[in-house]
Amino acid sequence: MELLLDIALLALLLITAISIAGIKDLLAAAMLAGIYGLLSAGFFMTMGAVDVAFTEAAVGAGISPLLIVLTLALCGRQQRGDRQRAMLALFLVLPVGALLIVATHDMPAFGAADAPAQMHVAPHYIQQSMAEIGIPNIVTSVLASYRGYDTFGEVVVIFTAGLGVLSLLMRSQGIDEPTVEPAPNAQSRDIVLRVIAKVLIAPIMLYALYVQFHGEYGPGGGFQAGVIFAVGFILYGLVFGLDAVRRVASHGLVQFLSAVGVLIYGSVGLLSLASGKSFLDYSALASNPVSGQHIGIIAIELGVGITVAAVMIMIFYLFAAQLRLQPRGPSLTPDHQGTDAGTAHLASQQQGAG
Amino acid sequence: MLSHLPILQVILPLMAAPSCLIIRKANLVWLFTLMVSFAALAVSILLLQQVHASGPISYQLGGWNAPWGIEYRIDLLNAWVLLIVTALSSAVLTAAHTSVSRELEAGRQTVFYTLYLLCFAGLLGIVATGDAFNVFVFLEISSLSTYALIALGRDRRALWASFQYLIMGTIGATFILIGIGFLYMMTGTLNMADLAAHIPALSESTTVLAAFAFIFVGICLKLALFPLHLWLPNAYSCAPSIVTAFLAATATKVALYLLLRFTFTVFGVDFSLSHLPLDTLLIGLGLVGVFAASTVAIYQANIKRMLAFSSVAQIGYMVVGIGIGTATALQATLLHLFNHALMKGGLFLALAGLVYQLGGSRIEHFLGLGRTMPWTMAAIVVGGISLIGMPLTVGFVSKWYLIAAAIEQQLWWVAVLVVLGSLLAVAYIWRLVEAAYFQRPVNDTVKEAPLGILLPAWLLIAANLYFGIDTRLPVEVTAAAAQFLFGGAAP
Amino acid sequence: MPAPRIWRHSNRGPVNVLLASHYNYWIVIALMMIGLYMVIAQGNLVKKIIGLNIFQTSVFIFYISVGKVDGAGAPILSAGETLYSNPLPHVLILTAIVVGIATTALALALTIRIKRAYGSIEERDIQAAEDKQDRATPPLPVGQEQ
Repeated sequence: MELLLDIALLALLLITAISIAGIKDLLAAAMLAGIYGLLSAGFFMTMGAVDVAFTEAAVGAGISPLLIVLTLALCGRQQRGDRQRAMLALFLVLPVGALLIVATHDMPAFGAADAPAQMHVAPHYIQQSMAEIGIPNIVTSVLASYRGYDTFGEVVVIFTAGLGVLSLLMRSQGIDEPTVEPAPNAQSRDIVLRVIAKVLIAPIMLYALYVQFHGEYGPGGGFQAGVIFAVGFILYGLVFGLDAVRRVASHGLVQFLSAVGVLIYGSVGLLSLASGKSFLDYSALASNPVSGQHIGIIAIELGVGITVAAVMIMIFYLFAAQLRLQPRGPSLTPDHQGTDAGTAHLASQQQGAG
Repeated sequence: MLSHLPILQVILPLMAAPSCLIIRKANLVWLFTLMVSFAALAVSILLLQQVHASGPISYQLGGWNAPWGIEYRIDLLNAWVLLIVTALSSAVLTAAHTSVSRELEAGRQTVFYTLYLLCFAGLLGIVATGDAFNVFVFLEISSLSTYALIALGRDRRALWASFQYLIMGTIGATFILIGIGFLYMMTGTLNMADLAAHIPALSESTTVLAAFAFIFVGICLKLALFPLHLWLPNAYSCAPSIVTAFLAATATKVALYLLLRFTFTVFGVDFSLSHLPLDTLLIGLGLVGVFAASTVAIYQANIKRMLAFSSVAQIGYMVVGIGIGTATALQATLLHLFNHALMKGGLFLALAGLVYQLGGSRIEHFLGLGRTMPWTMAAIVVGGISLIGMPLTVGFVSKWYLIAAAIEQQLWWVAVLVVLGSLLAVAYIWRLVEAAYFQRPVNDTVKEAPLGILLPAWLLIAANLYFGIDTRLPVEVTAAAAQFLFGGAAP
Repeated sequence: MPAPRIWRHSNRGPVNVLLASHYNYWIVIALMMIGLYMVIAQGNLVKKIIGLNIFQTSVFIFYISVGKVDGAGAPILSAGETLYSNPLPHVLILTAIVVGIATTALALALTIRIKRAYGSIEERDIQAAEDKQDRATPPLPVGQEQ
């Protein structure tokens, strides 16, 4: 039965991938990409990777198609057919594929219980994590404690992406609250959408909090919770307009919170340093090492949740604000970047190049 | 505090970055960033002293022993690279205030310094760690911030250059991830020292060979080794001047460090250089890169682009050193890592001064520069001489060691080609000298570059001369590091 | 060459075929190649980004396959279970998914800016505009007199 499910999911994934490659309507491609994410999440479930499935569903079938659709609203829905690179692509892809297939020759069989990967480091986590950390979800133990530094890096990656999008899409007067132009008809007129959105938002927030704090006992944790929490705000923004949601959580606040989450995570580590132990050694946080682990994990997951939620909301604000700006006509002439400001040098540099 | 130096090296800039967003004001943020960079420099000096005195340092993050937790492993190789990265960053940041306030509008400067700190922390994190997956995470931190920094350039080309780099860089990083996955599958561990212990038994496995191939290609994409260098000229020429100076001096050095770390420490010398024909491949690709890039450089009108191609050529030299495969050759590579950082850092900072006054860096802007901006041009000339490899400059020292290593291994043709490559450098440096000193200036009213940029540029250029004459420190450290990489298996 | 592994499914007898033990990996490789092909061959920037996503997600599927143990459930400790899937690949992929969405967001923001600056997100148009701009300012030959 499991085998059948496995093969069915993989076959569907293949069909979806090939369809995306061939299709010219980018909106359909975005939707298919969302389906691909959902199918991947389903596959992860059959592999027993519940935390990963949760995250992939939230990201691959949630945030990713959302951002792609927002981009398409600004950039156009149709793709022009283009065959010129096909030969080059095949020339590069086929050797890579061949190398990968050759590599599978010596691999341990799929699902084998005596593969090196299952025999070396992993058994320690499975057998010792209850005694050393005391929570049932082994993935959370490894993520938040054993390899907690990697998770710190992950939070910084999300922060960097948020900052990168900020640097690209910010209004030129600076990172302060951009002036919000009034946008007529920003609210959805559809009564069904408005009522359902209002009904759903509270449970979404509650669910986000549940996922945040229940991550030690079941699938969940800071990242998934952050995404779900952001989705509540994004839903509000999509249905009631960007102005409405920015009145609730201003741009400046969201920016501030994105930094705060990273600082919370790092401060937990610094606290351990101050007690003379290694960075992110949670046993320094309480007299009983296992309690220290609990405190540490809750604190850092909070940091992750805050930053992820803030960055996701900030990225949504930045993308959605672009929809308001006056669309420029297509121009292929050497022109300065589509920012609103330009220093005197911009003009002189462009002319001086000639 | 002293025992926590390894983690402080990375944590200082990493925590400083979000703090910048809270500080807000551009001037304060610059000062804060500068102080953090100098603090990181102090830490790296202390680390180098510690490692030199008492051997490799191991730091267990989270209090968990490797391989169950993540480990920071500082030996002579990464202590050396950490020093280079922090020193160059501090020099470049000193010039940043003047240059960035001219090239970026006020609202974007805070975000600039925040991204700079993230890139800096990412690079340091790649160098300091002893865990393969941790490398991937910090590689992505530095890469994402680099894409954003490049896109801050004034011309719209910066956007396209950044996008192309993003695509190529992400493919490279994913290849590295595939390689790490294969290694994990066959050994069950992610810790570099642990991997090194397990791999010799698996050296016949096609999976491990494929893992090496994927990691190698992924790193070479980041390193801009010919023919995977296509992203570099556009990215360097379109980015803000300070970004170019910082990246040219540090980013490719860190990628080279990764290549050394995986080749020598994780996979081991026997596997990498003898088992596979990697030595011939590296020497071949390196030399082709030297000639192809130097030739293209001669025809560039945009001088930043010309120096970018020159960087690709210099990376070729470093890779030839790895390919030759002896301790002397490796020492040449490690020396060139340091020397190239000084050369390109100084040259691009001098160019930043040029851009500040003239708004561009094409060959037309160089006309008569010897008269209107004498100090800036002098800095460029000395840097150019170092690039060529004339005696009394650092460029000579590393080329000397490389040629000596080639001759030692009876590779006469390699030595000849290295000398010929240097002659090509003469061609493109001469263009600058000719335009600056033998042509009349277009605009006589142009003033010298501001001291804020000129002084740091001259600091790096003077270091070119100083370390070209007093070579004790670099030679000693790199000799010990090279011996260590060859001698010890897993440290 | 190591002897082919014997793979037992709980309901059937031993099946002794390389295909049966590696089919999972090969389909994943096909997915990776489709993604990589899209990144290189497609001219539209958004399509490239979607292709990059598919490529990365396929790598994640591969990693998770590595951690699968026959007959094991999710790695959440519960009374009565003895076999658990390997938690380490799950942790690595959680981080990798975050890295993936970070890259996607940045790439899409770049696409929006490119659209504003060049008026198009087709690679052919952008290259053409770049070439036109390059031709408008030819490089000076070496040694030209003022």
